[in-house]
Amino acid sequence: MRRLLLLVALVAGPLLYFTRRRDERRERVNLYYDDGSMVTLERGQPGSERLLELAHASLR
Amino acid sequence: MDTASALADLSEISSQIEAAVVFDSEGGVLGSTGADEIHARRLARAALDLVAAAGQVGLGEGRRLTQIEGSLREGSVFVVTGEGRSLAATTTPDPTSGLVLYDLRTCLRSLAGEAAEHAAKPRRSRKKEPLEKEPPRKKKPPKATEPDA
Repeated sequence: MRRLLLLVALVAGPLLYFTRRRDERRERVNLYYDDGSMVTLERGQPGSERLLELAHASLR
Repeated sequence: MDTASALADLSEISSQIEAAVVFDSEGGVLGSTGADEIHARRLARAALDLVAAAGQVGLGEGRRLTQIEGSLREGSVFVVTGEGRSLAATTTPDPTSGLVLYDLRTCLRSLAGEAAEHAAKPRRSRKKEPLEKEPPRKKKPPKATEPDA
């Protein structure tokens, strides 16, 4: 039983971690302009942190 | 269309939208879908800050920012800016962005139409034009009566 639990923890732990990281990386802000162009700012890019923080505040 | 009707239509059309708020350039709430006024005010304030922060990013280069979409794990936030008023909405995670933006633009356009109607001068009542007169009927010349023989 212990071995089984250990195996589940070994598989599920990294899986959950990487899923969460991937979801975090998917967080982005798209800016649309009047000429039809669009700029995507993903987490980590300059200026994105403030926009994502405000987007989070909007959902709260 | 007034703000309440436009927002009611928006909620009915787009099932992905959880909350929406129309606000002016100062962040004042002009209308919202929910009954929670505090939440509406908070959303309007955050959306206004989002527009200001997006303008400061410096990617505009002379272009005007018209829409913002923030995609997060717990949901998305959309802001559509207009002349004097803007519309912000929150949705469920992974919404159909194109559809949501289209619905928001349509809603804002209908509100802009309403504002234009209010701004227009009151119409003068048009004078009723008299109905076209029928041309006077020509009098039929009296039938020549044959003299009695």
